[in-house]
Amino acid sequence: MKSITVALAGNPNSGKTSVFNMLTGAHQHVGNYPGVTVEKKEGQCIHRDWRITFVDLPGTYSLTAYSAEELIARNHIQEDRPDVVVDVIDASNLERNLYLATQIMEMDVPMVLAFNMSDLAERRGLKFDLDQLSRLLEMRIVPTVGNKSQGRTELLDAIVETAGAERRERIHRVTYGQEIEDKLLQIQQALDRTDGDVVARYGRRWLAIKLLEQDEDVMSKVHDQKVLEVVGRGVVHLRTILGDEPEIIMADRRYGFISGACQETIQNSVERRHDISDTIDAVVTSRVLGLPIFLLLMYVVFFLTFKIGSYPMGWLETFFGMLADAITSHWSDGHVEWLRSLLVDGVIGGVGGVLVFLPNILLLFMAIALLEDTGYMARAAFVMDRIMHKIGLHGKSFIPMLIGFGCSVPAIMAARILDNRRNQLTTIMVIPLMSCGARLTIYALFIPAFFPPHWQGPMLWLIYLIGIALGIVAAKVLRLTVFRGETMPFVMELPPYRMPTSKGVLVHTWQRGWLYIRKAGTVILAVSIALWFAMNFPKPPADRLEGRSAQEARQEGLWYSTVGRVGLAVEPLLRPLGFDWRIGTALIGSVAAKELFVSQLGIIYAVESPDEEAPSLREQLRADYTPLVGFCVMLFCLVSAPCIATVAMTRQETNSWGWALFQFFGLTALAYVLTLLVYQVGRLWL
Amino acid sequence: MSQSIGVQEKQTRPLSTAKAGERVRLVRIDAGRGLNNRLASMGLVPNAELRVVSNGHPGPFVLIVKEAKVVLGRGVAQKILVK
Repeated sequence: MKSITVALAGNPNSGKTSVFNMLTGAHQHVGNYPGVTVEKKEGQCIHRDWRITFVDLPGTYSLTAYSAEELIARNHIQEDRPDVVVDVIDASNLERNLYLATQIMEMDVPMVLAFNMSDLAERRGLKFDLDQLSRLLEMRIVPTVGNKSQGRTELLDAIVETAGAERRERIHRVTYGQEIEDKLLQIQQALDRTDGDVVARYGRRWLAIKLLEQDEDVMSKVHDQKVLEVVGRGVVHLRTILGDEPEIIMADRRYGFISGACQETIQNSVERRHDISDTIDAVVTSRVLGLPIFLLLMYVVFFLTFKIGSYPMGWLETFFGMLADAITSHWSDGHVEWLRSLLVDGVIGGVGGVLVFLPNILLLFMAIALLEDTGYMARAAFVMDRIMHKIGLHGKSFIPMLIGFGCSVPAIMAARILDNRRNQLTTIMVIPLMSCGARLTIYALFIPAFFPPHWQGPMLWLIYLIGIALGIVAAKVLRLTVFRGETMPFVMELPPYRMPTSKGVLVHTWQRGWLYIRKAGTVILAVSIALWFAMNFPKPPADRLEGRSAQEARQEGLWYSTVGRVGLAVEPLLRPLGFDWRIGTALIGSVAAKELFVSQLGIIYAVESPDEEAPSLREQLRADYTPLVGFCVMLFCLVSAPCIATVAMTRQETNSWGWALFQFFGLTALAYVLTLLVYQVGRLWL
Repeated sequence: MSQSIGVQEKQTRPLSTAKAGERVRLVRIDAGRGLNNRLASMGLVPNAELRVVSNGHPGPFVLIVKEAKVVLGRGVAQKILVK
C-alpha cells in the first residue's frame, strides 16, 4: 500500500470542512499547529491501494504573510510538500475562489480542484465546461457536494491519479505583464547568483514573485543584500511607471488570468439577484432589530447550555456521587485510608467535577456549530462589532465573553472562533472576569449573610457589573500594551445562509467534546491530585487527634496540611485586605474550583454539611466579619486567580504556560490591589 | 437626483459616500500594505465592480464584490476610492 499526504486548501465558507469530513469520515485528529492556536485537523482514508492522509489547512483567501493562517497554509505547502493540494472552490463564487488557486499554482505543487456546492451553482444558473477549464488550468477538476457526500470517489480517484502522474512544466500560468515580468526575470537572475539552498526549496519564480510583492517572510528568508537591492530598485521603478504598488497590480493580473479562463468556460445565464440571504440580512443586521435578535439568540444558546444541560449534568453528578459512595462503602476500614481519600476526594472530586460540565460543553458547541454553519455567526460579529470595536476587540469576542458567565472553561475554548491571535489572547485573558456559575455559590453564601434583603439583588448585580467593567477596562489596557498593534480593520465576508447538516454539526461538537475530555483526563487530573496532597499532607501526629470528634479531626488535619500552613503564612499579606487566615486558607482551596471556597469555609468552621447548616455558617460569618470584609471577599473571589481548569484551558488554547501564568498572576495582582483599595477606603467611611 | 449621480460618477470619491443600490468601480485603496492585500484577496482590486447593498450610517458597510457579500467597517469604506 502506498502512502500519500494531501493538503486541503480553500477559502473560508467554501465548504472545505464538509469536504474534509466527507473524505475522512470520523477518522480525524484535531490538534494545534506548533506555537499558534490555529487548529490543525488531520484525517485518513484508504482508497483502492492508497493510504491517504489529509491535512486540513486553515481557510484563507490568499497566501500572503499578513496573517498567521495564511502563513501556516503557505508554509505547510512549501515546507512539508504534500503530494497533492486539493483546493476546495465554492463553485457559485468562482472568480474570488480561484484567486487562491492561482497562488497555489505558483508554488508548483500537483493540484486538484474540488468544485464544491456544484448543485447550488447549477441552481443559480451557472454552466461549466469543466474539460476546457481543466485543460486551461492543467489540473483535474471534480464537482463535489460535500454536505451530501457527492463526488467522493471521483475526487479520490483524481487525487491518486494526480499523485502518481509525471510532473510537467506548466504551459499556462499567470503572466504579470511586460514590466513586471522583466523585473521578475532580473530578480530570478540575482537569485541564481546566491547560494542555492533557499532557491532550491522554494523555486525561483515563486521567490521572485513574493520578493516583488515585498513579502516580509520571504524577504527575511532570502536576506541576500544584492538580491534585495534588485528587488528594491524594481519596486521603485514599477511604482512610478504603473502608479500603484506592484503587489496590487499583480493581484489584478491574477484576477485577469482567472476571468480570462472563466470567460471561455463558464456560462452565467442569470445575474445575481436579490436573494433570500439579502432578505434575511435586511432583518438580522438592521440597526433596530439586529441587536435584539442577536441578544435573543444568545439567550437561547445560554439557556440551552446551562438550563437544558443541567439535567444530564445532574445525572453525571449522581453517577460520580454513586461511584464515590461505592468506593467508600466497599473499602475495608483502615485499609490504606489515604488511597481511598485520594480516589474519592482527589480524582473523582477533581476530574468528576470537571467532567460533569461535559453536557454543557457539548450543547454549547453544538449551538456554536449551528450558528457558524448557518452563516449567522458572521452577522453576529457584524452586529456586535460597533460595540466591541470600542474596546479594541472583534465583534465575535462577545460570544466567548458571554459564555464566560456560565463557565470560563468552555468560554476560553469558544475564543477559537476569533481568527486573529491578538484578539483571541485578549479575549481569553479577560474571560475570567465574567463571573462564572461556580462563583455564584460564593455570592449566595455571602450576600444574605451580610446584607439586608432589599440590598441583596442590587449587590449581586453590582458584583457582576464590576466584573464586566473590569473586563472592558482590562481588554482596552491589554490592547494598548501587551497586545498592541493595529486593529485589523473590519473586513468580513457574509456567506450565504445555508442549511447546516447534522453530520457537520455532530462532528464539530464531538471534536470539541473530545478535546475537553482529554483535558480533564490529563492536566486537570494531575493538578487535582497535587492539590489533594496539599490539602491532606502532612498529616497531624496521631496524639494531636486523640479524643477529638471526626469533625475536629478534619479541622485539625486542614490546619496541619500544606494548604493550611500556606493560609497561615499568607495571613500578614491578606491582613490589609481585611482577611484572616481562615479566608486565606479557603481562598487557596478555591483555586481547585471556585465553589470549593464555600466547602472549605465549612470545614474550617467545623460545619458538618454546608447544605444543611448553611444558615449557621452565615451566622458565624456575620459574627466574625463586617459587611465590608464580606464584600471584599466577594470582590477578591470575582477577580483573583482563575480556577485550575481555567488555567489548564488557557495553557492549551494559547499554547504557552507563559500566558496562563500571566493571566493567573495578573488577575490575582489586580484583585489584591482593588480589594486593598476598597477595604482601606471603605474602612475610613464605615 | 439622477443628475447629481451622473456628475458624481465621473469624480473619484470615497466608497463611504456611495448609496445603497449604487454600482461603482474601484479606483484605489489608500491604506497600508496589510489591508490592501487583504482587500485584494477578497476581490477588491482596481477596476473591480462593487455593488453597495447597504450604507448603514453609522456602522459597517455591506457590498457585493465578485458574487460575494462583504461587510466593511466604516473606516475601511472611507479608504476605498471609487468612481
